Amino acid sequence: MKKFFAKAYIWLLLTLLYAPILIILIFSFTEAKVLGNWTGFTFNLYTSLFSGGVSNSLIKAIENTLTIGIIASIFSTILGTVAAVGIYNMRGFRKKTILLLNDIPMLNPDIITGISLFILFIAVGITQGYVTVLLAHISFCTPYVVLSIMPKLKQMNPNTYEAALDLGATPFQAFRKVIVPQIRPGIVLGFILSFTLSIDDFAVTLFTKGNQGLDTLSTFIYADARKGGLTPELRPLMSVIFIVVLALLVVINLISKRNEKTIGHNS
Amino acid sequence: MKEDCIIKIDHLSKSFSGTKVLDDISLEIKQGEFVTFLGPSGCGKTTLLRLIAGFHTADEGKIFMDGEDISGVPPYKRQLNTVFQRYALFPHLDVYENVAFSLKLNKVPEAEINKRVKKVLKMVSMTDYEERDVDTLSGGQQQRIAIARALINQPRVLLLDEPLAALDLKMRQDMQIELKEMHKKLGITFIYVTHDQEEALTLSDTIVVLKEGRIQQVGTPMDIYNEPQNVYVADFIGQSNIVDGVMLEDKKVSFIGHDFDCVDEGFGNNVPVDVVIRPEDIYIMNNTEAAQFTGVVKSCTFKGVHYEMFVDTAEGYEMMIQDYNPFEVGSTVGMLIKPQDIQVMHKPCTANRFEGEMIDSTHVRFIDGEFECAETSFQAGDKVDVEIAFKKVDLMDDIDEGVVSGQITFLFYKGDHYFLEVKTNEGYTLQVDTQDIWDKNDLVGINFKPKDIKITKRESADE
Repeated sequence: MKKFFAKAYIWLLLTLLYAPILIILIFSFTEAKVLGNWTGFTFNLYTSLFSGGVSNSLIKAIENTLTIGIIASIFSTILGTVAAVGIYNMRGFRKKTILLLNDIPMLNPDIITGISLFILFIAVGITQGYVTVLLAHISFCTPYVVLSIMPKLKQMNPNTYEAALDLGATPFQAFRKVIVPQIRPGIVLGFILSFTLSIDDFAVTLFTKGNQGLDTLSTFIYADARKGGLTPELRPLMSVIFIVVLALLVVINLISKRNEKTIGHNS
Repeated sequence: MKEDCIIKIDHLSKSFSGTKVLDDISLEIKQGEFVTFLGPSGCGKTTLLRLIAGFHTADEGKIFMDGEDISGVPPYKRQLNTVFQRYALFPHLDVYENVAFSLKLNKVPEAEINKRVKKVLKMVSMTDYEERDVDTLSGGQQQRIAIARALINQPRVLLLDEPLAALDLKMRQDMQIELKEMHKKLGITFIYVTHDQEEALTLSDTIVVLKEGRIQQVGTPMDIYNEPQNVYVADFIGQSNIVDGVMLEDKKVSFIGHDFDCVDEGFGNNVPVDVVIRPEDIYIMNNTEAAQFTGVVKSCTFKGVHYEMFVDTAEGYEMMIQDYNPFEVGSTVGMLIKPQDIQVMHKPCTANRFEGEMIDSTHVRFIDGEFECAETSFQAGDKVDVEIAFKKVDLMDDIDEGVVSGQITFLFYKGDHYFLEVKTNEGYTLQVDTQDIWDKNDLVGINFKPKDIKITKRESADE
């Protein structure tokens, strides 16, 4: 009996958590303009989404989201990797300070990050648009990359770098051939994290996109919803995004599982 | 003789965040020699090896290889290779790729790499392991791969940083023999770092004993064991009885309350010395008539090959003796030491000496503390020399009770009392003779009785 209640509780919890997403998923298979009306099962919204039946601005927003996501994650992964290796080689007070400084942006509310970047761009005099959104995304993704790489560096035998130098590798060769392969799972994790954070972001993007009509998916949907009613094609789009994010999550979990396994093996 | 020298270390010093780890090291290492840096942890032996490898740069001094200054050369351009303590194999590469690492960097043709990897793996008896993941190997096997990886470039000098420390005893002994054979076969120079004196004695052609960043003695294992140059070396290498003595005249030394014939000369007359007797060099017998001195057996322990006994002599000294025959606890025994088995050493110093400055006629400042002293004729500001006998240093448990405080860095039993070295928080070293029992690393407060502080005018104070 106790077991039954325990199970029932967890299912209730999961239902409550996933109900909103389920509703979007279910209603992506009906054509009704207003969310909540069921006018019969159809794939029409999906075909319309993929055959260009939606507005140009939505397509543009999707494009922006993806390109900004990819470019921002590439740059933050590079910056974060280099930073992590640098921090790893520091000692004592300096290391602790830098790590703390690295943690603060992650804890900082998005809205504050957004507004401060907004003020910064104005103060420096950069016209806001694609580039500023990109810079903003790189800046808030990088700490997560550092965070995901640090544990891998700590697991590494520090002598392996010296062993590479000893065997004739230049510092750069040693970094590329010995350090990077050992911390690669952390780098991949950092990249995926950055990408999901970037496509997910709303607050920071809103404050840094300027007024030249640049939109990412999140700001587009926000504007669209405020204009009166959601474009029906957004429902299948959101379903697709949800599935993609779910897939990425599974990948992340698999990576960390594999990491644990190798740790277990070493000890 | 000069061209024999492959590595020359010239007045090398190195500090880490203000602490001097190596202090003015000079050393020559011959081509083909098996040299061991031996010392307790923190003596600077690993730092010295890492300086030779190029992982650290010296603060002062130079390192020469084949007469060429390599002090500023980065590690990847030095013609020597290192075997690390924790192997440091590349976990993402298999055995073959690990061993082939340096050849692949140098773009050696694949066929030659293959041949050389096979050859070097055969040398370390690891043939057929090429495809294995390094994580699946045992500690001993990993160490063999690490050695193979370091040797494949045919270095002229191989550096080994405590390579056997992580292995169990049996494996360590097997590897020692293999290393020795490898050294003979290859004919290259091995520089080996260890804190294990037995390992050093077994493997080395030359042992360099280090203590707190300074070389204490350089010599063959026989030299180091039989003729230690000071008490530190004697205490660190093997077991020994170390006692205070007085060199009465040439070939005559007095210690533990008796006069002995010895073979040492040139110390002068009535000079305080340290005397070392190895426990296996004291002859012990039931007959007390023919003995030089007598005592009562306090304990007798079987140690496998021999018995280890502690004997209290009639004069109150405790001696450690090793003999193939056991003697009954409580029985009176006679003992004998042959002249050539008595090792007499200069005392590095006989009292603690510091530079100080008078605060007033009854207070003096030295080793960063202010001490009360007996009434003197000196005035405030006078520069003076301060002397305190080893026996006159007061150590106390409560560090706040002392004028200055410090930590015990070194100690051993001298037959009837303990000798210890205390390093103060300000970095001064005090030597102490005491009856009290302390442990290494104990924190102590330090003070001196006013009458025990001997103050003399500093000669060069006027300038």
